[in-house]
Amino acid sequence: MASLTLKEISKRFGDIDALSAVDLHVPDGQFCVLLGPSGCGKSTLLQIIAGLERQDQGSVLLDQEDVDHLSPRERDVAMVFQSYALYPHMTVSENLGFGLRMRRFPKGEIRDKVLEAAQLLGIEHLLDRKPGQVSGGQRQRVAMGRALVRRPRLFLLDEPLSNLDAQLRLNVRLELKQLHRQIRTTILYVTHDQVEAMTLGDQVVVLKEGQMRQVGDPESIYNRPADTFVATFVGSPVMNLFKGKCVKEGKRFRFLHPDFSLHMGSLSLDMDGHEVELGIRPEDIECGKEEKADLKAEIAMMSNVGADQYIHARIGKAPVTLRAPKNATFCAGDIVTIPIDTRKLHIFHEGQRIN
Amino acid sequence: MIAKQHRLSLVLISPALLVLVVFIGAPVIQSVSLSLHRIVISLPQLQTPFVGLANYQELLHDAVARHSFWVTIVFVSTTTFFELALGLLLALLIHRRFPGRGGLRACVLIPWAIPTVVSAQMWRFLFNDAYGMINYAIFGHRVTAYVPWLAEPGMALCAVILADIWKTSSFAALLILAGLQIIPEELYQAARVDGAGLWRRFWHITWPLVRPALLVALLFRTIDAFRVFDLAFVMTQGGPADATNVLQLYGYKKMFIEGWMGYGSAISVSVFVMILILAIVYVRIVGRRLLEKSL
Amino acid sequence: MNVCRLKKLGFGMGVLGAASFSLIPFLLFVSSAFKTQTEVTAIPPQIWPSFSLAFFRSAIVRYDILKYLVNSVIVAGSTTVVTVFLSALAGYGLARLPRRWSHLTLMVILACAMFPQIAIVGPVWRFLRHLGWLNTYQGLILPYVALTLPLAIWILALFFREMPEELEAAALVDGCTRLQALVRVIVPLSAPGLFTAAILTFIYAWNEFFLALLIVTDPVRQTMPVGIALFQGEHTVPWGEIAAASLMTTAPLVVMVLLFQRRIVSGLSAGAIKG
Repeated sequence: MASLTLKEISKRFGDIDALSAVDLHVPDGQFCVLLGPSGCGKSTLLQIIAGLERQDQGSVLLDQEDVDHLSPRERDVAMVFQSYALYPHMTVSENLGFGLRMRRFPKGEIRDKVLEAAQLLGIEHLLDRKPGQVSGGQRQRVAMGRALVRRPRLFLLDEPLSNLDAQLRLNVRLELKQLHRQIRTTILYVTHDQVEAMTLGDQVVVLKEGQMRQVGDPESIYNRPADTFVATFVGSPVMNLFKGKCVKEGKRFRFLHPDFSLHMGSLSLDMDGHEVELGIRPEDIECGKEEKADLKAEIAMMSNVGADQYIHARIGKAPVTLRAPKNATFCAGDIVTIPIDTRKLHIFHEGQRIN
Repeated sequence: MIAKQHRLSLVLISPALLVLVVFIGAPVIQSVSLSLHRIVISLPQLQTPFVGLANYQELLHDAVARHSFWVTIVFVSTTTFFELALGLLLALLIHRRFPGRGGLRACVLIPWAIPTVVSAQMWRFLFNDAYGMINYAIFGHRVTAYVPWLAEPGMALCAVILADIWKTSSFAALLILAGLQIIPEELYQAARVDGAGLWRRFWHITWPLVRPALLVALLFRTIDAFRVFDLAFVMTQGGPADATNVLQLYGYKKMFIEGWMGYGSAISVSVFVMILILAIVYVRIVGRRLLEKSL
Repeated sequence: MNVCRLKKLGFGMGVLGAASFSLIPFLLFVSSAFKTQTEVTAIPPQIWPSFSLAFFRSAIVRYDILKYLVNSVIVAGSTTVVTVFLSALAGYGLARLPRRWSHLTLMVILACAMFPQIAIVGPVWRFLRHLGWLNTYQGLILPYVALTLPLAIWILALFFREMPEELEAAALVDGCTRLQALVRVIVPLSAPGLFTAAILTFIYAWNEFFLALLIVTDPVRQTMPVGIALFQGEHTVPWGEIAAASLMTTAPLVVMVLLFQRRIVSGLSAGAIKG
């Protein structure tokens, strides 16, 4: 086990900055998630940490020790690949034991460790099969097991769940969290799925175009997104964003939109007369039919996602998504009222959070 | 994804490249230099004087060479045409899914797999004037009507051409088959839904989509046909009356039978240049986009 | 209904035609190996052989055909081993180079396969004479390696390129050196590609005639195709013995084609689609 520190990691591919000056510290035993859309450089970062790819600048430290000159083999990290990358010509047990064999562990010890890992993952009945003969979920476990069996200093997981179907993904996600509680190894986990990031991570790092946009625990990422990218990337359905102008009214500020206006509460900066963006999550709007409210919206469409019902509506011309109260019955064309809790507002100026 | 260690790649490639340079690259260049000298293998005391383009001048006035050139052109164009036509038919046959397809594919591959020398002997035997099966198949028991195929100039060339078509149509078929295999089945289904019959499906889907593969096959086959040697050497020795004296055979005779290394090299360089021009023309006209897209 | 049956009939005729076009001439020829001398030279020809083995005996005893066969096995076998080894290294190296470079190199290598043999044979012959390698196995094997390398490299480079890089990355993370990753993971997985390259190389080397004719003039070292081409009887052409020798040369190839038809088809067509 080890802590991981990245210092100003930069990498260019041709004209594209895959990573620019990424700084990160992952304490020993932490589950850290790198979250970002595809092409944001998160996989490249993982490969640099594994030693598969070399950074142009900066350095990777394990336990405060520079490992840049070490080959993947010497870094003692384990990696789970998106495609699992199981060796198709070896049985499951040979796959699991391969890393140990390469490190010249005695045969008996390899057998014990393989069995132990297989039991931990519930795949001991598959040991003699080839990867081609087991199901997708089982393959994923084998890939996990291959990483686990070596008890490496650091786990690197590259979208390990993206090839599973939805139901299985949910189960494996829970198991993964459980597993981390048991073994307490430092994990760096790459995903583009914000739900995975929020449920798994002790710390979440949001990446876009090779730049770190925000680092923090899931709550702060969700509750206080640092910029509009994080705000819209995390959360489902997507946060409502309105472009408008900020006007000072005494001590308070008012948000002026072509279709509506609204009190914003206090701001840390004096934004009088500036363009701002105002965000509010659909789930933070409890709409109703009461007369007394800040805003009114006309329902365009309802969408039901099982546990919740969402309303797609318009305030004037501006589209807005909001959560319908439990047991509410609405139809398209209905007018709903929208009470706004100013504490739930996210206010951005030039993309950056200002409240 | 893996840190590119170009040096390692280059180290791995170098042994193969070395062999290619020593046994193909350098010899080609040296051929050019040999062709500018007068070299007679059997008379080493003459040294090897530099004669400039004299060998090529002589070649231009060499009636046998000119005849060889035309024989080769006739051979290349007829074999290529028939091989592609037959290859397309064969490819369509072995592309269809039916029980026994593997068996048919193996059958079709046999002419390609056997040594050219064997197929040459085979055709020489079948075309035999007295006990050849061709005569028997055509004339039956009318022995007096039997034709000495390989002794008549026109017929001999036809025989060599037929032998080549038999031998390499299946290779052309495989190249074309590759093109057929990448046509998605959905296209045919869509066409059927649209009411297209067999012929229209071929004309509007198969033909345009298989054309690139056909052109690749054309390139390979033309270049290969220019290098014909084994068939003519075994079946006719270039005869009768030089009717099958293709260029590579003529070059061989000059170089190794008569020992004119310099003059023979001039012939070989000419063959090489012809193929080069042909390849460049092909790639320019049809191939370039195709070759690059596929890599 | 009728149209459908007509189509099926047409297709069946096509299959029959293709099979007989490919097989009948060959069968008519090799059946001579099982005839007697009078049957072979009968006028008009006689189709059915009497299954005599006299020509095989004569080919082996009088013409020492097994000697040629041994030479062929040695030359084609060694060529295959060397070519597959070199092309595996080169193919792997090329697959791991940036596209632009590997593209160019592959084109140059492919161009090597297009050269007419006549354009290289003079200098190669002089070079081998200089080394004293005329009439030796290595004098034949090395040029064969050069001539078979382009196709083998092409097949293997495409094969390696399609192999997921993640597998190799996994091996490196698991503690392999790059060479170990190649030997332990890449090579075992590329067995089909290596095998295809090996078959095609073997067939080429087994069948090659032009260089064999020039480089090896000593009958002790000559290969089967040269033996068959230069077969001479005392007065007449010994057709029976030629057919017997042809059958012995061809039999291994026919077996290979029957067994590995799928690999050969995919190997040759890989070259076509991609090139």
